[in-house]
Amino acid sequence: MTPTTPEQLAEAIRATPCVLAVGAGTKPRLSQCDATLISTRALSGIVEYEPSEFTFTALAGTPVREIAAALAKSGQYLPFDPLLVNAGATLGGTVASGLSGPGRFRYGGLRDFILGVQFVDGEGRLLRMGGKVVKNAAGFDLPKFFVGSLGRYGVLAEITFKVFPRATAFRTVRIPTDNVAATMMSMSSTRWELDALDAACGGCDASSQEVPAPPSAPKGSGEAPSATRASQPPWGAVFARVGGPAVALDALTAEILARFPTGAVLAEDDAFWTSVREFKWAHADGVLVKVALTPKRLPELCAALGDARIHFSAGGNVAYVSQPAFEPRFAGFDALTLRGDAPLFPGIAPVVVPGVKTALDPQNRFPSL
Amino acid sequence: MLPSAPSLDRLKSLLPPERFLTQSAELAAYESDGLTAFKATPLAVAVPETQDEVIALVRACHAEGIPFVARGSGTSLSGGSMPVEGGIVITLNRLNRIVRLDHEERIAVVEAGVINTAVTLAAAPYGLLFAPDPSSQSICTIGGNIAFNSGGAHCLKYGMTSNHVLGLKAVLANGEVVEFGGASREMIGPDWTGLFVGNEGLFGIALEATLQLLPKPECYHTVLAGYHTIEQAGDAVSAIIASGLLPGAIEIMEGLAIEAAKAAVHADYPPGCDAVLIIELEGPREVVAADRARLDAILAASHPVEVRPARDANERLAIWKGRKSAFSAVGRLSPDFIVQDGVVPRRRLGEALRRIGEMSREMNIRCANVFHAGDGNLHPLILYDGREPGALHRAEQLAGRILKMCVEMGGSITGEHGVGVEKRDYLADMFSAEEIECMKRIRAAFDPLGIANPGKMFPGKEAPALTHHGLHPLEKAGVISRE
Repeated sequence: MTPTTPEQLAEAIRATPCVLAVGAGTKPRLSQCDATLISTRALSGIVEYEPSEFTFTALAGTPVREIAAALAKSGQYLPFDPLLVNAGATLGGTVASGLSGPGRFRYGGLRDFILGVQFVDGEGRLLRMGGKVVKNAAGFDLPKFFVGSLGRYGVLAEITFKVFPRATAFRTVRIPTDNVAATMMSMSSTRWELDALDAACGGCDASSQEVPAPPSAPKGSGEAPSATRASQPPWGAVFARVGGPAVALDALTAEILARFPTGAVLAEDDAFWTSVREFKWAHADGVLVKVALTPKRLPELCAALGDARIHFSAGGNVAYVSQPAFEPRFAGFDALTLRGDAPLFPGIAPVVVPGVKTALDPQNRFPSL
Repeated sequence: MLPSAPSLDRLKSLLPPERFLTQSAELAAYESDGLTAFKATPLAVAVPETQDEVIALVRACHAEGIPFVARGSGTSLSGGSMPVEGGIVITLNRLNRIVRLDHEERIAVVEAGVINTAVTLAAAPYGLLFAPDPSSQSICTIGGNIAFNSGGAHCLKYGMTSNHVLGLKAVLANGEVVEFGGASREMIGPDWTGLFVGNEGLFGIALEATLQLLPKPECYHTVLAGYHTIEQAGDAVSAIIASGLLPGAIEIMEGLAIEAAKAAVHADYPPGCDAVLIIELEGPREVVAADRARLDAILAASHPVEVRPARDANERLAIWKGRKSAFSAVGRLSPDFIVQDGVVPRRRLGEALRRIGEMSREMNIRCANVFHAGDGNLHPLILYDGREPGALHRAEQLAGRILKMCVEMGGSITGEHGVGVEKRDYLADMFSAEEIECMKRIRAAFDPLGIANPGKMFPGKEAPALTHHGLHPLEKAGVISRE
């Protein structure tokens, strides 16, 4: 089924007893369940875009790539840096999976930019919630609720977002460190107003530069990184990005380098951030898991994960973990598998309020979480 | 139907007598909130001091079917914390502990009764701030900010309260205690925290919240520009937006509001101006310096009467004082006024103001305009004299026409004050019957008996008693001001 309008989407849902919407399938684990799949790929196109309003509305199946290109023509962007854009991720899939990229560090995540939705509930009704202007407090904030809802409470048909003008220039400093968590936390409340603060651990440095060896394990000693991780704070590389007028960035970058003498300006920064957003650093056929955490739990996660590749984002508030094959090492963490053969929630299962599911989908037309 | 006496006895048994108020003199202080045109007398006011006491009260209300209204400092401008007849008020001001502040993770865990500015004060030694800044921030509580998803002057860049609440502990109206979200800025699964924020007290009571703190901008550059006409000020805003700058705040005051601010706080505005524009840039000093050069050029080309940059922190505060006191200042021009909160697409601001002016003249009701120009959030102040028969009714008619205009233009009936009692009849202008039914079903998931803040947000319930009041007493005293 490939509906091309919200009305057709509603009709298709009414005709299907057990259904899950799927966009481009860039997070394939999220749509692996026992249900009829409805593709939103033909439900595509930008409905409204007014650069002067800082808002756009698009159908849920619109590739984010197309939206990003339209915004760029007016010098605007989605500041939360959507993921898997080159891979073809759709706007609806991005909302339902609740994924934000490195840029969420400065202005907030996807949840902070979604303004309104039109969705189909479990009874096949086409409903609008939220609004189309940058500020709106009328009614319950269902648009936010759909962020991360995985298509289990309703199917998005059309979505309105707030956008921002994009800074004219960016610079990234790469800082090798033997304590990723401490380095990130020491930078997070500085005057620099970092645009992104990420870190790579476990030999997955997407900048393709040599990751420093653990200080206690001289090169060639053969000591496994996992052993090192368990006994001390994780080593790796921190990536700090600043954005703004080019003339201002030289001074900010110089000050960051003065504070962190092991750092260096990353020359191929565009390629690096693309690699981060597209998960180029992850095992191609492995398991990819998102973990929500706080920076202080970063060492604990690294210790639990052994030699997995880990990319931290948002100053250590989220980790993306790549394992060649699934290993159940996520106990005690909020975790979601995006691809690969692993439980959907390999750690703590998300909160469920059964009454809300009943309110939106009384017949369980969408599979329950 | 009024609950029978035994049911109140059960509630009464949960608190010492001095914290369960039932005398009419004690109740009088809780009859109204920031929307002073409405009032209702509760059966009792409960003053819990701990989260467990709040939970016990809500569970008893659920068991006895007694409606309750949670109240912080009572600054709601939409009647959100106005009591319901036959129900009780649960005040949360004494739940005022800052449980934990972690400057490295940039979060604060606070109880619902903590005052908005207390969070920023606690964060200041670490160079951090809590971004939401409603004009009542010196007395309004975090619990109220959460219930109504409060805004402020800096929403364009930082968003509303919801954008800064990471996690919540709440007692739902069905007596259940839930925890949503947490200390991480990211999450797994649906955004329950996001759904709860802005529920207008219809789901239950937030007890404790985890708030995100941001680095305090190193540098501010605040400019006041005066214009002969509101159109010129509006054009300047359009030019700023088109330039790609992202100011922290863009505010406009016009006509009557300017006169009022001059009279009340001796705000010093350029003479002969019908519109005053306030723009604030913020960030690292190098960024602000570069942005300032661009802003200066835009303003110079915008035909201002005068442009006055704040030269130091005191001048910045003076500019903001004039703006933030505008509402209470208007109180000097009129015994009563209604504040509206509609939103229009930014490009239609000029048209919206023109139509408000026309309606105001046509109905012979004075109207002062103050608004968040950056995000199209209008605050028309509709002046009336409540002693004059029918005046409030006519003022409300004008307010209603303005709200309908906002919806017609593709905007919203409320940008930051919430629907509350005041705008519930207009919810149906924005949402279809099916959409409102959907919201009601969601409400019922948290509050099956409909006892949490009933009569708010949804149209069609019995209208509360309309009474003439004056300004909020604290507003008269100049302690608080409205956004």
